[in-house]
Amino acid sequence: MNRIDQIYNEEKIYKRLLEDRNLTIEDELENEMVINMGPQHPATHGVLRLVLRLDGETVMGIVPELGYLHRGYEKMAENMSYIEFIPHTDRLDYTGTMCNNVGYVLAVEKLAGIEAPKRAQYIRMIVAELSRIAAHLVAIGTFAMDVGAVTMVMWTFREREKINSIFDRIAGARFTTSYTRIGGVASDLDDQAIAEIEQFLVELEPALSEMDKLMLSNRIFIGRLEGIGILPKEDAIALGVTGPNLRASGVEYDIRRAKPYLFYNEIDFRIPTFTQGDCLARYFQRGDEVKESVKILRQCLDKMPIGEVIANNPKRVLSHKTEIYSKMEELIHDFMIINFGINPPVGDTYLSVENPKGELGFYIVSNGTGQPWKLKIHSPSFCNLQAVSQLCKGAMVSDVVAIIGSLDPVMGEADK
Amino acid sequence: MGLEAKLTQDGFITTTIDAVVGWARKSSVWPMPMGISCCAIEMIAAADPKYDIARFGSEVMRFTPRQCDLMIVAGTVTFKMAQVVRRIYDQMPDPKWVIAMGACTSSGGMYRSYNVVQGIDQFLPVDVYTAGCPPRPENLLNALMTIQEKIGKTRARDFQNRSLKELELLQK
Amino acid sequence: MNLKELITDKVIEKFGTALEEVSDFRDDICLTVSSDQIVAIGKFLKDDSDLQFITCKDITAIDWGTRKKRFTAVYHIYSFKLNCTLRIKANIDADPPAIETVTSVWRSADWYERETFDMYGIKFTNHPDLRRMYMPEGFEHHPLRKDFPVIGIPGSLPLPHQAE
Repeated sequence: MNRIDQIYNEEKIYKRLLEDRNLTIEDELENEMVINMGPQHPATHGVLRLVLRLDGETVMGIVPELGYLHRGYEKMAENMSYIEFIPHTDRLDYTGTMCNNVGYVLAVEKLAGIEAPKRAQYIRMIVAELSRIAAHLVAIGTFAMDVGAVTMVMWTFREREKINSIFDRIAGARFTTSYTRIGGVASDLDDQAIAEIEQFLVELEPALSEMDKLMLSNRIFIGRLEGIGILPKEDAIALGVTGPNLRASGVEYDIRRAKPYLFYNEIDFRIPTFTQGDCLARYFQRGDEVKESVKILRQCLDKMPIGEVIANNPKRVLSHKTEIYSKMEELIHDFMIINFGINPPVGDTYLSVENPKGELGFYIVSNGTGQPWKLKIHSPSFCNLQAVSQLCKGAMVSDVVAIIGSLDPVMGEADK
Repeated sequence: MGLEAKLTQDGFITTTIDAVVGWARKSSVWPMPMGISCCAIEMIAAADPKYDIARFGSEVMRFTPRQCDLMIVAGTVTFKMAQVVRRIYDQMPDPKWVIAMGACTSSGGMYRSYNVVQGIDQFLPVDVYTAGCPPRPENLLNALMTIQEKIGKTRARDFQNRSLKELELLQK
Repeated sequence: MNLKELITDKVIEKFGTALEEVSDFRDDICLTVSSDQIVAIGKFLKDDSDLQFITCKDITAIDWGTRKKRFTAVYHIYSFKLNCTLRIKANIDADPPAIETVTSVWRSADWYERETFDMYGIKFTNHPDLRRMYMPEGFEHHPLRKDFPVIGIPGSLPLPHQAE
């Protein structure tokens, strides 16, 4: 037991919490209480540990502790090739999985100087927007469940199951799909998949208005969220908060407009922004983003060009199986790519995309071989969780649950 | 057992206590969802209207260990989290069973790294392993049905005043 | 003039020889500066009215293995006005590795520096709360260094007791 105590010693956290207080234990009722909202908790959206210092019901200080899901992605990435890392990117933000795939593959393509064909880019946009809808549905559903409205999680998951069966049709797996490849996507969309997407969009809008009617006439829901956890604009920028949380505090910043990737500059959509910065604004922000994603999806389905879905660059991109089995050059290149990697030039790049949770960025340092020398993942949930200690000061314990739900962290990417 | 058939006849049923107790235990297994990462989303999907886990009796997914009999460990378990999982397992009252959901809990999955425990059976007794990354909800329901079969074969007196080691030998 | 010249001219005008190298690989502007001037350069980049790099997006480090200056600290900062992400690199020559913290300039640097300390062992002097981020407190190694194996060191992290 001694060794376990030594490793898992938590003195430093308590010292940090109590450092500006001089506590003498004379009368127990006059002192503050340090309690643990542990890693296993129904409302902490994953394994996040919060240590709270309470004066009665009011939170005086809060220290989050991460690391309960630290799987060692960055270390593993240094030991495997670029293509082998694609399934690992799925498991970063596991509520909207295709967006992570798209972001990683775009970063590697930027480093290696490969460009995917136009149809592949449109397919990537379609699956990214579907993932955005799926992730926001999970966020809204579990947020409402935490605050007490348990019906919402059943309704949003019912819609999400339709997206899962669309992904099943396109990529073969329900949600951890690893669908994109360096240079394009793995397979083409067939007509039935497109028909299913259109059918889903038709059914989604009445479902969304039904959910709106349920939540907005619920006085308890509004009363529990309005004015709680206000994040002012300057603090949001200074703390590095990204994504819907930043836009709900008044900063109109969306990477799809600021540094357009894929073909977002050809699509017409607006960026919803709210100025209040409280939990209710963050809730509405996600609902509005789902509606914008529906608009983007309709335009993408209209504008989709015909063509190849993977780039024709045998030295860097895996070719189609029929070519590998029939031509000598392609066979040799395939062998080299699988065994030794794609060998991008020496250098480093940083590319970020707009994930449903915020800005997902990949910083890749390459030394010319097929395995990266370093891969750093800039994950939005990690950045958003920095704001927790400021937001929860002065709130009540039940508000902590609402604030964490509205920031919507996903521990798979916060802990990498 | 044919309870429904007997209900239309005269009012006596003969059975064994083991059968009744086994039937009661297996028809209302209350799971404790130890949802850690991606498999937790599939576990919630198993509880949603399409794959309804409630029809198997597991409607009540309470997060407190004192009221549950089945622990579904869903997600990658790291060394830091293993302490927590073991502590929660110890708090569950007997009889209790464990489903290891997914590849990460069965054997470490695709993570052969410094912080991931290579299989939760290194510190927990596991009853059913489920394959998949993540396993489909139908796979989880299949695991639940296997546990129900296993419970149906136990006897009523199996779980009284036994030490943990004997319990594990019985559960094999 | 384009962005790269704008930023480089301003930094050279104020700091002269502290700026060692400028690169433009794949359209990412990257400045390599000397590590003892990092706080002053950061403050200048944030306060200057034309540049306004008010957010620090990410801080990390690169371990070069067997090179003489083994670690390089990498900062990514962003300016809403110029819509530009700038990368600043600083080679760390102290041994054991240490560099001044930039939390006095950008508040978001707090957790990023803790993570870099946890993974690489680089001490950030004058940091308000330099604890480990992911690994438990008593863990003795720094995982992302090149001499730490991927599968870990058996026995460095204990498991709970086996079922009796």
